[in-house]
Amino acid sequence: MEILIPVFQIITSTFRVSTPLVFAALGGMMSERAGVINIALEGMMLMGAFGGAVVALTLHSSLYGALGAIAFSVGIAAIYGFFAIELRANQIVAGTAINMLAAGLTPFLSKVLYESSTSTPNLPLELRFQSSPVWVAWGLVILSWFWMKYTPSGLWIRFAGENPEALDSAGVRVKRVRWAAVLLSGLLAGLGGASLSIFLSSSFSRNMTAGRGFMALAALIFGKWKPIPTAAACLLFGFFDTLQIRLQGVVLWGTAPVPVQFIQILPYVVTIFVLAGVVGQSKAPKALGLPFIQD
Amino acid sequence: MKTGKSLFLFFQPIFSVILGLGIGLLITYAAGESPWNVFQIMVKSAFGSRYDLGMTLFYATPLIFTGLSVAVAFHAGLFNIGGEGQLEIGALATAAVGICFAGMPFPFAPILGVLGGILGGALWGAIPGWLRARRGSHEVINTIMLNFISAGLCSWVTLYVLKNPDSQNPETASIGVGYLIPQLKFFAEAPVSVAILLALLAAVLVWFLLWKTSLGFELRAVGQNEVAAKAAGIDVGKIRILAMVIAGGLAGLVGVSEVLGNAGRFKIGMSPGYGFMGIAVALLGRSRPLGVVASALLFGALHKGTSDLDFETENVTRDLSLILQATVILCVSADGLWSFFGNRLKNKHQIKKNLKGKLNFPVKTKSEAESSSTVTP
Repeated sequence: MEILIPVFQIITSTFRVSTPLVFAALGGMMSERAGVINIALEGMMLMGAFGGAVVALTLHSSLYGALGAIAFSVGIAAIYGFFAIELRANQIVAGTAINMLAAGLTPFLSKVLYESSTSTPNLPLELRFQSSPVWVAWGLVILSWFWMKYTPSGLWIRFAGENPEALDSAGVRVKRVRWAAVLLSGLLAGLGGASLSIFLSSSFSRNMTAGRGFMALAALIFGKWKPIPTAAACLLFGFFDTLQIRLQGVVLWGTAPVPVQFIQILPYVVTIFVLAGVVGQSKAPKALGLPFIQD
Repeated sequence: MKTGKSLFLFFQPIFSVILGLGIGLLITYAAGESPWNVFQIMVKSAFGSRYDLGMTLFYATPLIFTGLSVAVAFHAGLFNIGGEGQLEIGALATAAVGICFAGMPFPFAPILGVLGGILGGALWGAIPGWLRARRGSHEVINTIMLNFISAGLCSWVTLYVLKNPDSQNPETASIGVGYLIPQLKFFAEAPVSVAILLALLAAVLVWFLLWKTSLGFELRAVGQNEVAAKAAGIDVGKIRILAMVIAGGLAGLVGVSEVLGNAGRFKIGMSPGYGFMGIAVALLGRSRPLGVVASALLFGALHKGTSDLDFETENVTRDLSLILQATVILCVSADGLWSFFGNRLKNKHQIKKNLKGKLNFPVKTKSEAESSSTVTP
């Protein structure tokens, strides 16, 4: 029976660690299925993590913290949407810039507010989420699967990414659908960020997303831009992460500790293989990255 | 019309930079500082003394390499976001050569180190090039993934294979003394080395390659119109792989400035994002070698200029550098921004033509999408 305890720990830890990824990957899915590339996921998460920590601290409530996270991340998503959709900036360039903006703005604001550019003050335990973000994340997975598949507005999102001309002919404004998708993407990525700063840890620290936005993007591709496989990919990557943390400094064979770096790079390696069609084909939405110009 | 257009092409980046810097600096109001004051501190800190100027050039050197790297890929219609990984692998290769053949005498040693860097970066660039050409998977995602993979690999090699035995820092052992290249004495203590001359040489070579050789012509042809290039008998896949190999090799040269010219070893976290800044540099320089050199100097100055803000101002930190870079990139990249002002691209047809001519993703209009689907089998 005792052998089950570490197994149980690994399972719960996997679910906890993959929660930010699930939120962010769902967010990425919204905008990418609507035809807007979302390299900016990392930056949106970072803003969410910061906003969550600051608002939870100021208003003494984790729930308000989550709302604050949404406000911050939707704000930066709106900047991204403005440049990517309205001004037709190259989405990859604009996304990279948004990531830089978030990486610079968060320590800048942290310094102004708390005299420290490395981290915000610690949140007491009662201002942090216990396990609810895990449930919310998986609830949203089911919800978005149903929404994308069975509702008219879900269909609009898919058509905005696959065949925007057809959507336009059907009398739906492609730009509006894309705007909604990008803002929704910001909302979800913000929740992902908040689950880093007020669920998994107790403060915001500089660059705390550490590439999780890109890992979410990898999960999205691994999951072929579909909600349930994407969430499963997040779980797998979360498992790698848990394993990596547990094996840090552990000597399994010989004298040297396990090189955890090789576990860390696994998500990215499998994504490359999946994208190359070695392990099942992964096809992006057809109009991904193409600006839409109303005729 | 022609002169009007080229004037626009010349002034647009300049206006974008001014606008971007303006917006970015306005943010310092939030920290209770006067933007003008911050700007003055930055100018002084970037150009105030020989040392400051040297530091600006030191930061500009890797940016010339990564900017050229992104530019070459751009011309072949590829988006190289992998500069960060390529420069890390290249710099690590340079350091590895310097550690493994530590006894090499001076003139040969740095040459060997340079070749190691080119080879390492080229190899790391070849992977997404091959994947795009032969497996059809997009280089943007692959280069992002490879950035993380290279970070993991470099950290493992640094900590377990080439570890500096005398230090707890995440860095490799030091390279042989024969490898160190001379620093330019004019700039006092600043670590700017002859690597900057190599960077300028690389810019000239890239210009020569792109506009004076048949390979360069084929490369640009592939970038501008893949279908036409294929029809003209160009092996598009081969050109794409070659372009990424060259791009990777250029990024791999960053190690010459950082490892051979400054630290004498590879350090984890050595690059403050030179690979990503290279995108901005290439974009602002319109992927022309001269433009890349000029915008690398600007971004080098930005990086140096913000470095003194930590102690020169109350609340503004050097993080302002990232904010300014971001606002400048956004303003430069925003195609539609300029039609707001100039009304130059009012006509939608013109916008589409403009988008198509740029080396990003193919933009299909409705009629083109129909016609291409009937032409291609």
